[in-house]
Amino acid sequence: MEVIRIRRGKDIPLLGEVKDFSLKTHSSNFFAIQPYVLKFIKPKLLVEEGQQVKAGQPVILHKEAEQVVLTSPVNGIVRKIVRGEKRRLEQIVIEATDPLDQVVFPTKDPEKMKREEILEHLLMSGLWPLFKQRPYGVLAQPQVVPRDIFVTGFDTAPLAVSFDPFIQQNQTHFITGLNILKKLTNGKVFLSLHQKFNQPKLYENLENIEIKWFSGPHPAGNVGVQIHHIKPINKGEYIWTLNSQDVVALGFLFNTGKRLFQRQVALTGSELKNTGIYLLPAEVQIKGLIEGNLLQDNVRVISGNVLTGSKIEKDGFLMMHDTQITVIPEGNYYEFMGWAAPGFKKYSLSRTFFSWLTPNRKYRLDTNMHGGARPFVVSEQYEKVFPFEIYPVYLLKAILANNIDMMEKLGIYEVIEEDFALCEFACTSKIESQQIMRQGIELMIKELGY
Amino acid sequence: MKRLRRFFDQSKPHFEKGGKWYFLHSTFEAFETFLFVPNKVTQTGSHVRDAIDLKRTMSIVIIALIPALLFGMLNVGVQHYAHVKQYAGLHWSDIISQVGFWKLFWFGFLKVLPIIVVTYVVGLSIEFSMAQIKGHEVNEGFLVTGLLIPLIVPINIPLWMLAVAVAFAVFIGKEAFGGTGMNIMNPALLARAFLFFAYPSHMAGDKPWVVPADVISGPTPLGTAALGTEPEKIYQLYPPMDAFLGFIPGSIGETSKLMILIGALILIITGIGSLKIMLSGIVGALFMAWVLQLWGANPYMHLSPWYHLLIGSFLFGIVFMATDPVTAAQTGWGKIIYGFLIGVFTIIIRVLNPAYPEGTMLAILLMNVFAPLIDYFVVHHNIHKRMRRTSLKA
Repeated sequence: MEVIRIRRGKDIPLLGEVKDFSLKTHSSNFFAIQPYVLKFIKPKLLVEEGQQVKAGQPVILHKEAEQVVLTSPVNGIVRKIVRGEKRRLEQIVIEATDPLDQVVFPTKDPEKMKREEILEHLLMSGLWPLFKQRPYGVLAQPQVVPRDIFVTGFDTAPLAVSFDPFIQQNQTHFITGLNILKKLTNGKVFLSLHQKFNQPKLYENLENIEIKWFSGPHPAGNVGVQIHHIKPINKGEYIWTLNSQDVVALGFLFNTGKRLFQRQVALTGSELKNTGIYLLPAEVQIKGLIEGNLLQDNVRVISGNVLTGSKIEKDGFLMMHDTQITVIPEGNYYEFMGWAAPGFKKYSLSRTFFSWLTPNRKYRLDTNMHGGARPFVVSEQYEKVFPFEIYPVYLLKAILANNIDMMEKLGIYEVIEEDFALCEFACTSKIESQQIMRQGIELMIKELGY
Repeated sequence: MKRLRRFFDQSKPHFEKGGKWYFLHSTFEAFETFLFVPNKVTQTGSHVRDAIDLKRTMSIVIIALIPALLFGMLNVGVQHYAHVKQYAGLHWSDIISQVGFWKLFWFGFLKVLPIIVVTYVVGLSIEFSMAQIKGHEVNEGFLVTGLLIPLIVPINIPLWMLAVAVAFAVFIGKEAFGGTGMNIMNPALLARAFLFFAYPSHMAGDKPWVVPADVISGPTPLGTAALGTEPEKIYQLYPPMDAFLGFIPGSIGETSKLMILIGALILIITGIGSLKIMLSGIVGALFMAWVLQLWGANPYMHLSPWYHLLIGSFLFGIVFMATDPVTAAQTGWGKIIYGFLIGVFTIIIRVLNPAYPEGTMLAILLMNVFAPLIDYFVVHHNIHKRMRRTSLKA
């Protein structure tokens, strides 16, 4: 078995990992559609508060490609439309009125369908937004035929757990999902697996799929890293990406006709009394998992992981793509002479704190910045956690200078924000590299299109 | 602590926009963040951050400099008494036992302290006022620069001269480019270069290195070598062991190779200093000295490559100056080339140029200027690889 070893990276040792690996279920009657989980969506609202909606009924339309819709996961009533700054459409909260598992679409066999029919079915169901497209990691464009499709079968983010139990439970859906993907590309469907997170047996009988094994620390699970090491993307090429749980959701739709799909979600973080693995319907309210389960009140709840996730409220909703919820302490405190302390309990990738003497310790990291923002000073710091043959600081500087030509030459097509998350974590100068990266992508799209 | 925190919380509004002391906000901010790591939390991107910040980084460098500084103080005393009639010609170990360790150290301490104080006062007041004018936060960069400068100037430097040099270095070397992180040349070395070219009579030759006593002044090994002295004679005058331990005349911090290596070890273990630059620099110096030894046209060229490492400021320069991340090359291969060339140029300037007894300063400044060019080629190699991949496809 050929294994691609990722050397440059780091698993941040956080407290609050999952200890009880049994699959529990949880649900709520409240769901929210959050259009901005999709990068660069231009949402148009199709419903109003108090309106009855059916499962599978379009709620939001993407103005730039009107066949792309977000649909209601359940039969219910639109309870609230939450708008943010500049009337930005944040959430459409829907309360379910019928039992949750309704069949709303005809079951289909992808083997007997044409590519166009599959596309149409995916678009209509509202599951299309599970597909992301490289370059830039944007919502996939239906008119594109991708060079290849990459499926990542694992997540190496801090506190993430293996997807294997979920895949095992849903093997038929997983296989159907892969069959769907095979119809969508003329190239290959790659499935990446990790020696630590995946059981080879589970994936033995998959046909016509290229399986690639990985080892090594985060960000090995970032699909961008996998593409870079398997078959890098070049200018003018398109690639679609998903994770293996998304593939199950696609298969589930075709096999059962149900819109509402399940996620295996790891409930993690140092501030929780009980961590665990839950089967949750996607886009559901997580209030019930957090309420009464906190060790203290000054916390940040994150849909996703601590590096790339989104801050949500304690009664917030699981985001469409996320498979993890993390709760960590807020860091809004002053620390007297913190930079001068010996730091036996401070986590750092550098060895400037004595904590490097205890490599097996786990940390209760909070959201404090641990210092003020500065210009780039330290060099070769990002490279240690950035497993690309790209010079990250040069790319960031090209973005800051709005130099499109250099951004292209330095490899902006191969990376997205999440690939810079560890750089951002490690940065001495506290530079917000994910935000800079996003700026760069925005500029590229504005000037050159997708 | 709580009382102090309350004091800051109460006075903060006066320094914020609209407050009566708003014009001092950078200064307030500098003191506040010095005493308390701010309560700022992450807003975008990664929710957790590494505990390291620039203050921590800079304080590690300062810790690494302390062995060389303390030893420098002792050596100032030793070198002074070695030139007092009563003790003339004695070995350093005899001087220490006869004069007394603490007396020597105290002598040096009193000589070095004013230099450090002047450097920090001049440098920091410029930094604070620039931050105030530009509305920046006060950056930590000068904390290290301010300790490096005293370590590389001769002990006898007139303090006004030092003040002028520091002002020049901070203004022209750093603030003109936009402050910490933006400068092209190492400010500490720039201060040294300024002194060297503006006041040559005070900087070179045999005068400045020893606090004057009544008999003779002390030439450095480099000065002696430049006069065309045979290597054997130099080894005798300045035995390699003495040069390694540091009991030879020279700038305050540069003489003790042992203490510099301790500092280097701290920088390497913490990952603050670049091992690549240090190693390739030493290899470069050894290589060039070896080449010159093969050539061997004059007595200086016959000097052993290893001995070259023990004299002058090369080791200090390659460990503490060349590794300054802002002015050094920033790419992996760039660092190796950069370090190697510093080593090579140091020896070339040292041996082949009669006008300058020491080459480290000029070699590092020269490579500071060329570092972006080196990086340019390294980065373009990467770009070229990516372009080729695209064209192969097409």
